[in-house]
Amino acid sequence: MKHIKALVLTGYGLNCDREIDFSLKLAGAESHRVHINDLIISNDFNAAVSLRDYQILVFGGGFSWADDHGAGVLMAAKLKHHLGPQIEEFIASGKLILAICNGFQCLVNLGLVPAFEDDKHKRRIALTYNDSGNFIDAWVRLAINPASPCIFTRGINYMELPVRHGEGKVYGSLDDIKQLNDNNQIVMQYVDENGERANGIWPQNPNGSLLDIAGICDSTGRIFGMMPHPEAFNHYTNHPDWTRIKEEKNRAGEKTFSREGDGIKIFRNAVDYIKNRVGG
Amino acid sequence: MVSRLEIRLKRDLFDADGATVKRKAKEYFDFDVKDLRVIRILTIDTDLTPDQCAFVRKNIFTNPVTEESSFESLADYFDWLIWVGFRPGVRDTAGSTAVEAIEDFLGLKFKPDEAVYTSKLYEITGSLTYEQVNRIAGDLLANDLIQEWKIFSRDDWQPEKGIGFIIPKVILAHDPQVRAIAIGSNEELQQISLDRNLALQERDIPVIRQYFLRKEILSERENVGLNLPTDVELEYISQARSDHCNHNTFRGMFKYHDLGTGEKTTVDNLFKECIEAPTLKLKKEKDWVISVLWDNAGVGRFDDDFSYVVTAETHNSPSNMEAYGGSITGIVGIYRDPMGTGKGARLVLGMYGYCTGPRDYDGRLKPHMHPRRLLDGVIEGVRDGGNKSGIPTPFGSVIFDESYLGKCLLFVTALGIMPSLIDDKPSHKKTTSPGDLIIMSGGRVGKDGIHGVTAASETYTENTPAGHVQIGDPYTQKKMHDFLLEVRDEGLITFITDNGGGGLSSSIGESALLSNGCRVDMDKIPLKYEGLDQWEIWISESQERMTIAVKPEHLKRFMELSAKHAVESSVIGEYNDSGYLELKYKQKTCAFIRMDFLESDFPQWEFEAEWVAPHLRGLTEPVMSEPQDHAGLLIDMLARPNICARNWITRQYDHEVQGGSVIKPLIGKRRDVPSDAIVVRPILESEQGIAVSQTLNPVYSKIDTYHMTAITIDEAIRKVIAVGGDLDHLGGLDNFCWPTVEYHPTKNPDGKYKAAQLVRANWALKEYCLAFGVPLLSGKDSMYIDGNLEGPYGERHKVSGLPTLMFTLCSVIKDINKCITMDVKIPGDLVYILGETKNELGGSEYYQMQNNSIGLNVPKVDVDTCLPQYQALQKAIASGMIASCHAVSRGGLAVNLATVSMAGELGITINLANVPASSKLTISQLLYSESCGRFIITVAPEHKETFEGCFQGMSLGLVGKVVSTNCIIFNKDETIILKQNLFNLKQAWKEPFGDLI
Repeated sequence: MKHIKALVLTGYGLNCDREIDFSLKLAGAESHRVHINDLIISNDFNAAVSLRDYQILVFGGGFSWADDHGAGVLMAAKLKHHLGPQIEEFIASGKLILAICNGFQCLVNLGLVPAFEDDKHKRRIALTYNDSGNFIDAWVRLAINPASPCIFTRGINYMELPVRHGEGKVYGSLDDIKQLNDNNQIVMQYVDENGERANGIWPQNPNGSLLDIAGICDSTGRIFGMMPHPEAFNHYTNHPDWTRIKEEKNRAGEKTFSREGDGIKIFRNAVDYIKNRVGG
Repeated sequence: MVSRLEIRLKRDLFDADGATVKRKAKEYFDFDVKDLRVIRILTIDTDLTPDQCAFVRKNIFTNPVTEESSFESLADYFDWLIWVGFRPGVRDTAGSTAVEAIEDFLGLKFKPDEAVYTSKLYEITGSLTYEQVNRIAGDLLANDLIQEWKIFSRDDWQPEKGIGFIIPKVILAHDPQVRAIAIGSNEELQQISLDRNLALQERDIPVIRQYFLRKEILSERENVGLNLPTDVELEYISQARSDHCNHNTFRGMFKYHDLGTGEKTTVDNLFKECIEAPTLKLKKEKDWVISVLWDNAGVGRFDDDFSYVVTAETHNSPSNMEAYGGSITGIVGIYRDPMGTGKGARLVLGMYGYCTGPRDYDGRLKPHMHPRRLLDGVIEGVRDGGNKSGIPTPFGSVIFDESYLGKCLLFVTALGIMPSLIDDKPSHKKTTSPGDLIIMSGGRVGKDGIHGVTAASETYTENTPAGHVQIGDPYTQKKMHDFLLEVRDEGLITFITDNGGGGLSSSIGESALLSNGCRVDMDKIPLKYEGLDQWEIWISESQERMTIAVKPEHLKRFMELSAKHAVESSVIGEYNDSGYLELKYKQKTCAFIRMDFLESDFPQWEFEAEWVAPHLRGLTEPVMSEPQDHAGLLIDMLARPNICARNWITRQYDHEVQGGSVIKPLIGKRRDVPSDAIVVRPILESEQGIAVSQTLNPVYSKIDTYHMTAITIDEAIRKVIAVGGDLDHLGGLDNFCWPTVEYHPTKNPDGKYKAAQLVRANWALKEYCLAFGVPLLSGKDSMYIDGNLEGPYGERHKVSGLPTLMFTLCSVIKDINKCITMDVKIPGDLVYILGETKNELGGSEYYQMQNNSIGLNVPKVDVDTCLPQYQALQKAIASGMIASCHAVSRGGLAVNLATVSMAGELGITINLANVPASSKLTISQLLYSESCGRFIITVAPEHKETFEGCFQGMSLGLVGKVVSTNCIIFNKDETIILKQNLFNLKQAWKEPFGDLI
């Protein structure tokens, strides 16, 4: 059996690495939590780990460098400065990058999404302060764009996940947002209880994101950034309604059901993609 | 050359930060600000070439999509400008990360005295006066203890000059020195203690003098070049002997006199008798209790492979002075306790409790900071401290009461988890041995927090030194947390403890007791800036530091990992078995004290305690007839500040990071009603969980602190049971916050009564913990919750906080799949009440609402009746037949029945005649009595018989039904007492703080 190796970045204020690692393992990957400095070769460090050995790279959530100069800004600067070529090579070899929350903020600052054809790796999209002016922890409803090339959301139409951020508003020029939309690079959007677009209304859209955007991918669908946290829905008891759902199922005579959380699907799609890829 | 980079959002972008300030200006002061936008400023105090400047501006600090920036002044559209920056020496994390980024990008190194300083410039439009703008600056944007501000009007502004180049660099034109202190007489030393703010206890002074005057001590000291005690030594002793570190009050002797009965009792040591003794007894009975009463936190067994670590603390005085700084320092500080327990734990959750004056306080006293601003500040501090640490903050409580205007209370709780074995040795054990290196990791030492411990042991006055106000830095600590777990797992730590109150003096002083001696090289301790005296270095409470003992053979690997995690670590000395604590500065000894000195016979504190029973104090039940409008009454009850929704606080806290959330803080159909307790799954691979509840019931202290304590413990137990907790595994934490108990005829004339209140609370703690089987895994006491507030005529009023106990309870849940929540779920379900309702309205929310009465009939906890009912309930929950369960608490049945209905958004019909009740009760007693021991339970009709069978001979009443309409109906047999749409009730309940985000 082929080992699918996933690398979860840690260090400098990043968090969520343990639950991402756990989710990747549930999805069948061999996952490692690796400190950013273990990838860097410099005067002080000898890279202990090589990105080349991995097929899935995850930038998780957290507050990298305390986020005081804009979320994900200093992390992007550090990665670009020290790991730019390795990341380019990783992408060029058709591997996968998943960026969640702070990772997504870093990803847009690296310009890895939207990565429009005309002008690769330019910062075109920003994740800026929530319109409410405050951090929010809330479960949101997400509609998935079936036409998007995103590898990670294949076969998923709808999902509920928690968001937990103060800077999650997707912002860009009207042209760029239009282009994202036209290219089907908008992967997830916030919707209301009836599945209708949230239309910017709080708290269904928790941050004021343009076009209710919650996640976008590059044109290949192999690089995906999202504000909600799939790793925080790794077990059915993570869902806020689980006691109610379980009671309703009990009454309906349904005693057994999967204990895995819906968020794992995102990771499983990544693992399956690599598994099925010709040449690994 | 200094450069100043200004950054702001592009004009066409909504400035959420500015909008928040605008909203607060309206809410706080009713000022109409037209527009308010923020410019971020980085003042870079190092030599950069123009190219380098342009490079960092473009590549690091400006987001091309949303921001514009310049090295020139940006402000252009305003009527007023307010600039706010930190005072020298205040922690500026954003400044440090900017240095990190510039150094990394440009490959240069800032010189030791170079830095980046961050500040903010607010562009304000609107017709405001200078006074109004100054108020926005001083009472909203800045706290003068840590920040300074400047105001520019449109006319004053010189764009070419801008705000200038403000460099808040600490410059101490001071050569560090050690001073010898004269101890000619007790009076002389007492005077020096006052002059130097040493806060030496008067009764300790003879003991200290005797020690330094002893012949053999004098000759030993002569050998190391010392004679009279040095300031380092006396500061050290003062810290160690402070009430904060040594718990002198709790270890004191209380002469208790019941003035009603004439009975006299002496309690030799409250801590030993009421906390230590019962906990040791229970530890023998409960094998899951692993380590208590000595380490930074208590340790309990989670499963065969893991232990959990838990502790709670207060951070009242600093939060009262600088709400944001105090609370972020508090939450980040409590996280170091589990990190320093055993060989170190990984943090899995934090909790908070705030007690402040009413948010809309409009009275005659002038608190140091208005409760609204204070509460906003503490909420934000805990938000940033918790969220940026990557630790969920899933639970908390808020109590508003005017008595907290004197000093607010800030409770913080931390729970961690560690493998039971590290390197095949029990993780909860640790020691220092001769030859171990003393390492300080994390932050550097500055003047921060000097005399913080002694200030926390005093009543707050306008003269309290502000030097102890700090701003915690979760970023630095998160890096250290990750680093420590890695070195721990490689087996490189032999001992670890945190630097909290008392700083190194406490962490090294206490850890060196184990090896019986140490030598510290003070000049090896990394400083934030030069010019600190040796005594300051020794007792500084600069944050984010741990003290670690490492074997010399492990040093290399330890330092490698430290560098990888970008954490600073320094070897600052060595443990030995010399019998002395020796501090050296550049080879010269500046302190030399026998390790056993602090264990010697310092006089015990003594307190007179005089109790007057409530009926003798003139308390009676109020004379009041039955209300006629029960619907209106319930609506008003639900809107009471201590009952209504406070969801805006909960939502600001990340309560699901780490992926183990099982029962969340807000639950129900719309996820908007507070849960009884929360449950987390700390080890993701396991389906075992930890339930935690936390309770505060200070109002009952007005009647009797004994019952206040019993009620608070009982409520915490019921709340963990209600989500699926285990009565055989209840680990308690007691946090006392008490007004000064030392009698003084003019300054504290009711001190003896307050002392008796403390004794009675402790008696109840002992009795109920033993009866319910709750060992106290950890706890803290914080005395002196008093303040002297300015009145309308320039006089000052002493305001003492209500005697307050926060009780926290942890319970290990074997199978999280069995957990339940309190929201009603399915129409047709039967509603039961377990536990008897009694004529116990004393201290109730209902009486408080009605003319602020207190009453006399305080609820009493009857363990013999309650415990079997709780055990039966636990079994019923485990069997899976219960759809919802809620512990009845503040507000009685009416409020709590409404709550479960609002949570499930389904109506209920209740017949009050079937409520199990002790005797013939009035409707208001049935609805609002706050009797303990009660639960509201809903069950599917098909389980009726099995369920009722679980409670044979117990007070269980089938009181009604869950219905599919939106109506809450309370009947008494055929008479309708109350009928109300649940959404009307919910609206009333949500409205008071509904527009806060």
